[in-house]
Parts: sequence; structure tokens; C-alpha cells
Amino acid sequence: MIALPAPNPATLARRDALVAGLRKILPAADGVIADPVRLKPYETDGLTAYRQMPLAVVLPETTEQVAAILAFCQAQNVRVIPRGAGTSLAGGALPLADAVVIGMMRMNRILQIDYADRYAVVQAGVTNLGITRAVEADGFFYAPDPSSQLACMIGGNIGMNSGGAHCLKYGVTANNVLGVKLVTITGDIIELGGTHLDAAGYDWLGIIIGSEGQLGIVTEITVRILRAAEGTRAMLAAFSSNAIAGACVDAIIGSGIIPVALEFMDRPAIHACEAFAHAGYPLDAEAMLIIEVEGSADEQTAMLERIKEICSAFAPTSLKISQNDAESAAIWKGRKGAFGAIGRISPDYLCMDGTIPTSTLPQVLARIEALSAEYGLKVANIFHAGDGNLHPLIMFDANQAGQMQKAEAFGADILRLCVEVGGCLTGEHGVGVEKRDLMKVQFTEIELDLQRAVKSAFDPDWLLNTAKVFPLDRLPARASLPHAA
Amino acid sequence: MIAPDSEAGFAAAIAAATAAKTALNLTGYGSKAGFLRPVVAGETLSTRAFRGVSLYAPKELVLSARAGTPLAELEAVLAESGQQMIAEPPRYGFLGGDGVVQSLGGIIACNLSGPRRIAWGAMRDHVLGVRAITGRGEIVRSGGRVLKNVTGLDLAKLLTGSYGTLALLTEITVKVLPIPEATGTLVLHDLTPARAVAALSAALGSPFSVTGAAYLPERAAAAMGYDRPVALIRIEDVAASVAYRLQALRQQLGRYGASALLDQAGSLAIWQAVRDATPLAVGADTMIWRVSVAPSQGPGILERAQSLGLDGYLDWGGGLLLLAGPATQAAAAALSGAVAAVRGGWWLLRAPESLRASLDAVPPEPAALAAIRGRLQSAFDPAGVFTPGKLHAA
Repeated sequence: MIALPAPNPATLARRDALVAGLRKILPAADGVIADPVRLKPYETDGLTAYRQMPLAVVLPETTEQVAAILAFCQAQNVRVIPRGAGTSLAGGALPLADAVVIGMMRMNRILQIDYADRYAVVQAGVTNLGITRAVEADGFFYAPDPSSQLACMIGGNIGMNSGGAHCLKYGVTANNVLGVKLVTITGDIIELGGTHLDAAGYDWLGIIIGSEGQLGIVTEITVRILRAAEGTRAMLAAFSSNAIAGACVDAIIGSGIIPVALEFMDRPAIHACEAFAHAGYPLDAEAMLIIEVEGSADEQTAMLERIKEICSAFAPTSLKISQNDAESAAIWKGRKGAFGAIGRISPDYLCMDGTIPTSTLPQVLARIEALSAEYGLKVANIFHAGDGNLHPLIMFDANQAGQMQKAEAFGADILRLCVEVGGCLTGEHGVGVEKRDLMKVQFTEIELDLQRAVKSAFDPDWLLNTAKVFPLDRLPARASLPHAA
Repeated sequence: MIAPDSEAGFAAAIAAATAAKTALNLTGYGSKAGFLRPVVAGETLSTRAFRGVSLYAPKELVLSARAGTPLAELEAVLAESGQQMIAEPPRYGFLGGDGVVQSLGGIIACNLSGPRRIAWGAMRDHVLGVRAITGRGEIVRSGGRVLKNVTGLDLAKLLTGSYGTLALLTEITVKVLPIPEATGTLVLHDLTPARAVAALSAALGSPFSVTGAAYLPERAAAAMGYDRPVALIRIEDVAASVAYRLQALRQQLGRYGASALLDQAGSLAIWQAVRDATPLAVGADTMIWRVSVAPSQGPGILERAQSLGLDGYLDWGGGLLLLAGPATQAAAAALSGAVAAVRGGWWLLRAPESLRASLDAVPPEPAALAAIRGRLQSAFDPAGVFTPGKLHAA
């Protein structure tokens, strides 16, 4: 289990006074939550194995309120945990006992949509899918599409630099944001970027996006919206081994074709998803690819025929080109329901998120299989094959003594393997609390110190989302000191 | 000039400079020495002797090279596998023509992107990882060699576009893409700037994946052999798709009047010119600005620039302006004021020495951000030896 820092006793002792101070900033009846029953829903996020009740939860409705709360917390030396929808699989929104959770769900308005300049200005609590829903009638969409897009909020996407299944063509959050309104721990409101492309001066957006709430709280975001292609169509290609499917991915990319999505599932994943979604997946296959292209009907057909020809050279056990939108949707239904599917066949699961050079896929999957036997835990692998982002789903039963610890150790071994073959610990979920202690596998102490110094430049007292991202052993001193007053 | 041929050599030179508090002008081949503000440095540290591709995996769309690798050399290596740099980095004509060598490190340090930026992202969007040396002479890595990576703070993005003021980039890994099979261009004739940007916006708001959208007003068009202004819309894809989409766009944009199509050769030539600022009229005392605004603000900024004696053209659907004209303090202040008023950004790419030192070469920062920047610079470069003065007054 991952340790949390000891709470600051001085902060805990002043709880009532702190809550009263917060109520002065948010006078509305339910703007500040301190009642234990109502705090309960905030004790965890998507990493449900970890639970911790916060000191209090605040639900601001304006950027100015967020600024006042942060200035208050800094003055009182109180830690702050930003929270969107609480869907983080890495424990990015896990509270601390001495921390105030700032929930952004009431800042849920779309402020402006501009089709001529192709942007939308939204508050941090708007859901990812909510942006697309607001512009799709006009043919537009917001590109990053994490699996949690129905629930997850754009503010959280900024925190984790979220990706999705269509990154190969459309990029991740950082590639689709033009500007943000950032509130610093001192309560300053800073506008970064705007409605134009590319920063003159430092790329502040680049360092803020993906900073997991370590540098400030983003309250407003200007995102790029894109015109959707005329249509999309998917195909399935199944193979007799992981290695052959991997070689086929290489051949597709090597031919100069960049599909909009290229997803890989191994045998356990195919079986789990088929049982759940009845998508017509081939149960005799060892590995399967979902390949999506876009364009007019003729363009789709031409591209899929080319891809089919490439796949044919790898002795596919089945090839199926969808004939219409309904068939494409069925192909995606299984993949998008993967987490639910695994949840049906296993009481608990951990979703890992390493990235590997795509050429190492067969080797990595073989090692994962061996580890699976070693740990006695089943695993299903889903892989964004175009960009190397691997999601092993480790199945376990938390009610059986020791299984949770075993699953975590298994997961850590997989992530070490990802780093060892030239990849990284996390492709799109973020480090959070989950992978915090593995950061030393990927970075030297000098590199971590430089990252720590960047955090200190924004948050000198280390009050923002403390105990995430960085191993605890070198937390700056002041953050653990009792309040001086 | 110091030009080490190893990371250890750079680290030692930097550590020595920091110990002696000797400022270093970090550079490659010096092609962009005239960009932004003048650097005040006792010594020049160049990457020109540290070159070469260290990793190229075409099937993984990944290339790593040392910072001093000439851009042309990289592009030749990529072309052998039918691939290219995605963001179409420019070789600005005013740098002096074909003889000028640009390094990969310089392109990254200046985050320079060409016309394809609107469709496929900027250089900063394709930097997957860097190796760099801090002012303490420490070698650090950020990012890596995989396409998706959110592990830790994204220092690679911070260093991209930091003009050598935070760290020395020694090796950069970028995502690359296949060269499209075909390129075609739809040319719309004789539109006013506002009508042209409306047409470009309609094209970029179409489902046809436009990868270039530029407007050349009268003088820029004349430089390219057109007797009236032209709006240019580019499609890159397989040949059948290019043909189909250009026809579809032509029909959809019929209300904007007469149009023509450019073939592959004509398209490659005109977009190279747009990329390289070839249409700009540049003399000895010219100042040159690169301005980024929301596309619909482009025509207003162009008009203001023309009233100040500058002229140029629009790229990025109207959102990028390349402007040149006689250098005066008043015109410079008026132009940057007009851009600031629409909340855009600017880079002063060239001006007489006296003017460069006294202008905001990029927009000034609000006080709270400037304070953060100060602490950030100290974290990377405690003695303040890296390229002082380049972005902001030291």
C-alpha cells in the first residue's frame, strides 16, 4: 500500500476555524461541506482501493472564489486537493486528512463557442463529452476522447493531459488547448495563451497541462474544436499470435497509412469484451486489431481495402470490414466497454497505463504473461497500438487477503518493464499517488529535483495536491511544519 | 566560441561558465542570432560539433538527433523512408538563402512551425523527449521516445520555445509522419483580406482536412507572380482523396468567386514560399514581425500594419502574420499595441540593433507570471548564464 504523509496536527486542531473562514468566502448554504456524511463521496476517486476523508470540501462557482480560497489556504498553510469528476485511475484526486478538496463541478458552463475561429471557452467542470455535445450539431467535436469522457471533466483532463483512442491523428489534451485561466496558490489569476496558436515567450500551457494540480488550479479553458470528417468506419483483423498482430501494426504504419485509431486486444480482453458487449469478436483469435479510418464513403472504402490487403499478408484468422455505422458502433462497443467487461468477470481490477516502443509489444506481452503466472493473477491487455500506450487490466479479489498487494506488485513490475524497454510509467492516466513511488525507476534524483524546483517556482510551500507525483522522501520541509500562527 | 563534441564537454563548459559567472550565448549555427533581443554574453557555446541522428525507427514514427544536426540532414534521412518533420519548420528567406544552416536544436528552441501547424500541430507538439544540460552542468532528460507520455512535469515542452534561456538542449526526439502521397491547392482570386479569411475559415471548418490556409495580399501575391491577391487552400493525402476534396471544396466555396487548382509541383513551390516567408519584401533596415492572433483578427492587424508602413501576408487561416517594413520605434510600438489589444502574441524576428534592445520582442508578462518565471529560471540556471536578454530584458 502507498503511504500518505502524516497530517499536520495544527491544521486538524483548527478545523472549525478553517471551515468558518472558508464559509466566509463561500457564503451559499452548501458551498462548504464539513459534515462527515456529506464528505464521504469525496474520500476516493477512480483508484477506489485508497480512501481518505478530507478536512473539508469547497464547491466554488467562480474563478474569483477559487482565488480567494487558495489565498486563504496559503495564508493558513493548509493543503489543497483539486478535484473534477473524481475519475482518476491514478488517485490524482485522493484527499489528505488535513487538506481542503476544491471540487470544480459547479463551474460547469460553456462560456463561448466560436466556429469561425474554431474554439470554445469552457469552465473546468464541463465534461469532456459535454464539449463535443455542444458543438456536434454543427459538425464539430473536441478531439481527445478518454474512455471516461461521459463523466470526466476538462479540468481533470488538463491535470492529466488526457488522451484517448484517437491520439494518433488528433493528439492529446496538450495539443488541443489554446488557453487557460490559472489560479496560483497566492490567489493570482493568470491568463495563459488565448484564442491564438503558440506562445510567444515560454510555453506555459505546455508545463501546466499534465502537471496534475501541482502548479495551480485551472478554472477556464479555451479548447480547439475541429470539424469532424465526413464519416468514419472501422474494421476488425484477428491473428493467431500477439507477435503477428504486432508485425501487422508495423506494416500498416510503415506503409504510410495513419489510421485515426488502431487498437489492439489480446485473447483475454477479446473474450471478456465479447461476453459483455456481444460485438461479434472472433473468440478463436489470440490477438485482434480495431482499425478506424475516416473520410467520404469512397475514401473509407479505398483506405480499408488497402489496409485489408496489408493485413492479408499476416494470415489473419478473420477480417471484417464494417458495412455501416451500426456495424462500426458494434465493433467499438466492445472496446469502449472493456473496463465494465473486466468488472463483470473479476471482483476487482487495476488498470495500468505504461507506454512502450510499439516494436517491443510481443516481448512485453510475453513477459506480462510470465508475470501473470508467477503472481497467480489473470491479466487482459488493451493497447493503443498506434501510439504504444498499453493498458494491462490486472484482475484480483480484494476480499482475499494479500491479493491487493500482489496486484499492486504485479502492476509495478509491468511498469518497470515498460521503462526498461524504453517506454514510460504512464501514457495518459498520470502519476497521481499510484505511481508516485515508481518515479525513481524512470528519473534520476537530479531530474526529480529539477521537477521539484519547477513545482516550487509555482507553489513554494508545496500545498497543491501534496503527496502526488513526487516520492515523499524529499518533500520540502515547510509543508510538514505546523502553522506558525 | 566553444563547440564541444560531447555532452560531457557541454556540461564541463557550462559548469565552468556558471562558476565564473560568464554568460553564454547558446547557439547552433547562429542563423537566428537576429531574432528577438540582443544577447549580452561573454562567450558563445555552439552545438555545431555535436550532430548526427542517434535513433530512427520509421515504423514507430520516431527520430532522435543531436541538437547540432542540420535540419536539411535530418530531412534527407527522413525522406529516404518517405517521412518528414510534421510541423514543416521554415527556413526564413531573410536569414540569407540556401547557404544558411539551421540546427534541429535551434528549430526546437525557437518552436518554429510552418503552414501545416494548423492541421497537425506545432514543433512543440511533436517533441517527445529531450536531453538537456542545466546551468549547474547537470544532464537531465524529460519525456522519452514514445508517442504518449505524461510521466512527471513536461519539461520538454517548457524547454521547447525557451530560446536557450533555461537549458542547453543536447538531443531531441521528435514524432515524424509519412510524406503524403499527393499535394494539391485551391486558389481563390482577388478577395479582400476579410473575405479571404472568411473563405479560409470555411475551408478549415469543412470536413476535408485542410493542411494549409494562407492569404497573400497584393504585394505578396505579386512577389509570387500573381497580379491580384490570392487565398491558398492545401490538401495533402492520397491522390484520389486530394482530387475529390479539392473539387468538393471548390464547390462549397463557390460563393467566393473565381478559383483555380494548382498541381503537385505548383503546390509544393507555393507552400514552400509561404513556409519560408519568401513573399516578404526585405531590405537592409527592415524590421520583421511574426504575429499570432485569432484568425478573424488577422485582417484587422494586417490593415493596421499597412497603415504603419509594413506589409506581408497571412498564414494559419489568417491567424499568423508575417510582416516586414521600415524599422521605427513608433511603428513597432503601434503594431505590438494593436496585437496586444486583441490578446495575440508576437515575435520580433529582425530589427536594427538599436531598436531590438529597446522593444518588447515578445509580449510582456503580468507581474505574477514574471515572478514565477524568475524562480523558474533560477531553478534551471541559478547563475543566470544562459542567453541573457534574448526573450526579456535581463
